[in-house]
Amino acid sequence: MSRLVVVGHGPTSNRLVEALLAGGFAGRVTVLGEEPRPAYDRVALTSYLAGRSVEDLTYPVPEGVVLRLSSRVTAIDRDRRTVTVADGHVEPYDVLVLATGSSPFVPPVPGRDLPGCFVYRTIDDLDAIREAAAGATGGVVIGGGLLGLEAADALRGLGLATHVVEMGGWLMPRQLDEGGGAVLRGHIEALGLTVHTEAGAKEVAAGPDGRVSGLVKPDGEIIDAQVVVFSAGVRPRDELARQAGLEVGPRGGVAVDDGMRTSDPAIYAVGECALHDGMVYGLVGPCFTMAEVAADRILGGEAVFTRADLSTKLKLLGVEVAQFGAMDGALDVTFMDPVGGVYQKLFVSDDARTLLGGICVGDATPYNTLKPFVGRDLPGAPSELLFTGGPANMELPDDAQVCSCNNVTKGQVCAAITGNGLTDVAGIKACTRAGTTCGSCVPMLKRILVSSGVEVSKALCEHFTYSRAELFDIVRVRGITTFSQLITEHGTGRGCDVCKPVVASILASLGNGHILDGEQAALQDTNDHFLANIQRNGTYSVVPRIPGGEITPDKLIVIGEVARDFGLYTKITGGQRIDLFGARVEQLPRIWKRLVDAGFESGHAYGKALRTIKSCVGSTWCRYGVQDSVGLAIALELRYRGLRSPHKLKSAVSGCARECAEARSKDFGIIATEKGWNLYVGGNGGFTPRHADLFASDLGTEELIRVIDRFLMFYIRTADRLQRTSAWVEDQGLDYVRQVVLDDSLGICADLEAQMERHVAGYADEWRTTIEDPDKLRRFVSFVNAPGTPDPSIRFETERDQVKPVLIPLEAVRS
Amino acid sequence: MTALREDLETTCWTPVCSYTDLLPERGACALVDGRQVALFRTFDGVLYAIGNHDPFSGAQVLSRGIVGTRTGEPCVASPMHKQVFSLVTGVCLDDPAVSVPTYPVRVAADGAVEVGAG
Ligand SMILES: Cc1cc2nc3c(=O)[nH]c(=O)nc-3n(C[C@H](O)[C@H](O)[C@H](O)COP(=O)(O)OP(=O)(O)OC[C@H]3O[C@@H](n4cnc5c(N)ncnc54)[C@H](O)[C@@H]3O)c2cc1C
Ligand code: SF4
Ligand code: FES
Repeated sequence: MSRLVVVGHGPTSNRLVEALLAGGFAGRVTVLGEEPRPAYDRVALTSYLAGRSVEDLTYPVPEGVVLRLSSRVTAIDRDRRTVTVADGHVEPYDVLVLATGSSPFVPPVPGRDLPGCFVYRTIDDLDAIREAAAGATGGVVIGGGLLGLEAADALRGLGLATHVVEMGGWLMPRQLDEGGGAVLRGHIEALGLTVHTEAGAKEVAAGPDGRVSGLVKPDGEIIDAQVVVFSAGVRPRDELARQAGLEVGPRGGVAVDDGMRTSDPAIYAVGECALHDGMVYGLVGPCFTMAEVAADRILGGEAVFTRADLSTKLKLLGVEVAQFGAMDGALDVTFMDPVGGVYQKLFVSDDARTLLGGICVGDATPYNTLKPFVGRDLPGAPSELLFTGGPANMELPDDAQVCSCNNVTKGQVCAAITGNGLTDVAGIKACTRAGTTCGSCVPMLKRILVSSGVEVSKALCEHFTYSRAELFDIVRVRGITTFSQLITEHGTGRGCDVCKPVVASILASLGNGHILDGEQAALQDTNDHFLANIQRNGTYSVVPRIPGGEITPDKLIVIGEVARDFGLYTKITGGQRIDLFGARVEQLPRIWKRLVDAGFESGHAYGKALRTIKSCVGSTWCRYGVQDSVGLAIALELRYRGLRSPHKLKSAVSGCARECAEARSKDFGIIATEKGWNLYVGGNGGFTPRHADLFASDLGTEELIRVIDRFLMFYIRTADRLQRTSAWVEDQGLDYVRQVVLDDSLGICADLEAQMERHVAGYADEWRTTIEDPDKLRRFVSFVNAPGTPDPSIRFETERDQVKPVLIPLEAVRS
Repeated sequence: MTALREDLETTCWTPVCSYTDLLPERGACALVDGRQVALFRTFDGVLYAIGNHDPFSGAQVLSRGIVGTRTGEPCVASPMHKQVFSLVTGVCLDDPAVSVPTYPVRVAADGAVEVGAG
């Protein structure tokens, strides 16, 4: 046996090939994938719309594998043992593995082929949806299951008024009962989505341009939408198997035995296309296990696949929803908190001792703590477990599965911890793969770390055994002003890209002069060093501050002129500023000279610092506005400009409850009320979106500023490295932060306010100071020995009338 | 300083800047013979030179990374995706299959930094 061919290059195929190579497979491996790119993490697909790149999602292609992309296999010849690709290529095999996954099921609704109709499965699908959403206002997702809700959240993220249409009586009917579905609906509606249950799609209506204009429900209601996404389930892609006469299930799926072999012993099937014991699995965990089993068999082993766990947790939306184990039982115990939007249910055996499964909405703690107990004795009375989340020192049995995506048991995690002296979750991930897929088991991994007696390291890196908050205190209390002093007295070695920027930020927060002064210059990462943001080809982008987004025509003209004269690409940012791209280091001082002369200053887009305070037009122009949102945004932006923090800080001010400035997706956001201002904290756009929590209501302007001063300084002092306010607020607990900031429970508020006053008083524009200092300016060259020479490796081409970088090709991608 | 003894005689040295032009623990890039060379002066005053091309991103940027140590070995983290390279061997400490070239570098009697690329 020497030629192995895999059809399909999705996550399962990728895992299979990895396992084969790790097991020392000696033959030639050829993978034929239909998509134009190598396998990527489909589970994390939605994060692509939130800005993650294809490269981030793509799995590395193992060395030594022949990978043919854009190669759809159209036929298998079992007698000759060959497969044929659509382009005519014929590939011989000794062993064939089908890993063709599934395709979304599109119900036969009239109009389903109209432009504007999509499915949600591949990167290409998402690109097409994003493009269509650009000119659209409304979207509909057909299907209210896990994936449908994920897709709906994505449409909402693309700015569409989004509806979810579900045939069943409630959302996620396969994972939740009616009570759970109702509570979930409340959460989803609170996010601004519209839910229609017991509703199908009668027809997709077309507008005069022949594109989708709406969805007609069976009751005749028309939902206005230009984008329709079908998410009504998936069908295994078994067409090749059927054509080749392999056994398939009555409802689809390539039939396999416990060793993943099809009815032809030379052909295996794994992943979402395979039918095992009457089941097709639509979750990545069982698919990975199938890949491992098949690899073991191909290598001569005897691994078997047994029925797998179907526990799932909803990602995204910021709503915790999870289901594990069985969905019914002899007895059940329900906990319901309608005000807090929490619904939890445990199913137990008739003697109430064995846990069978559970449902969680609004708070998934039981999922994290109790899931591994499925099929075992409960560690306490069910009602108590729901109320208290279980005893803190709950002992998990060793063979309990803690990561269902990668089928890792507690025993394996513990062995990895002791065997390798692991001290953090990253180590567990690297050694066992647990936690690397959907991430929902990470809280459990942390608990195991703590309970296994490991001193969980809060060390910043190999140079400091302290956390960021501890270093902050050391620097503040001991009055340290240089990195050298800090590392000599409290660390080892000479630092790295982790601790140096942290220390730079701490020193800057405590007011230690210009960030490029003396030794501090060596601590800054490239963005801070050049006071600009590095972009993919090594050029930089420039973002002048435009407080509150308000700008005069004259200033707009200057930005336009600078961009034109230096040939820069210009783009309006999400934070109401103008980003100028494509500047080489030696151009930065000249660009900034002109901007500073025109009255601009550094926007700190490069730093872990205050970025923008966005605003709507408020009471000045808007007929709804009740307060001057622009005026407040400008005042706040000028107050906090230049403030260094553990992560970037963003804010917004809306002039009324209509919230046009999207203040609730910010680290701190302000919404005007009839009586003053409501302050929200801990919001986050980006990768893990989170709605900000209401922190204080109806504040007068002065009081508002005092509260924000305290909040920001408390965050700056105590947050971990790169911890956004959202995670920090969750870590500390909102009530605790309120006590400290509003009630001064620690008695530090005067100190926090004084520290902010020092920051405000000490502010100076970093770019102006740089331009005025010839010593600092000398660093802005591409080459020390040829200061006038631009970097010849930087080249541009034109797209939509503006420049775009031509990238230096990497080593040719492996065949 | 990292060159092999016997090479020194045949190496062709190009002066690029003065030693004091280099900030401690910071890099600079020099154009030597059409090649981009990233120069670093570490805390203890030692000089290192490696290729400026970041093999992970394709951009010429290694001279702009943060300089530090990993288990005592002087290194630089690429400003693009943060892979760390040894300044001594040019090997990527996060992925030892990848490395960048290293170049001999020395300080001449007049205080000029000279890079050997021959
Ligand atoms: C948006 C989204 C979110 C998800 N979230 C989760 C989650 O949170 N948790 C979870 O467990 N699962 C989740 N899933 C499901 C998970 O992604 C799948 O279970 C997993 O991708 C299955 O892997 P696979 O390799 O078997 O199939 P696929 O990923 O479908 O890969 C099959 C590949 O084969 C190719 N192919 C098919 N036929 C041919 C042919 N004839 N010739 C060549 N190539 C062919 C296809 O183009 C495809 O690239 C999610 C899925 C999506 C779409
Ligand atoms: S938030 Fe209110 S005041 Fe501001 S633009 Fe919107 S409607 Fe007008
Ligand atoms: S359960 Fe998904 S990564 Fe562990």
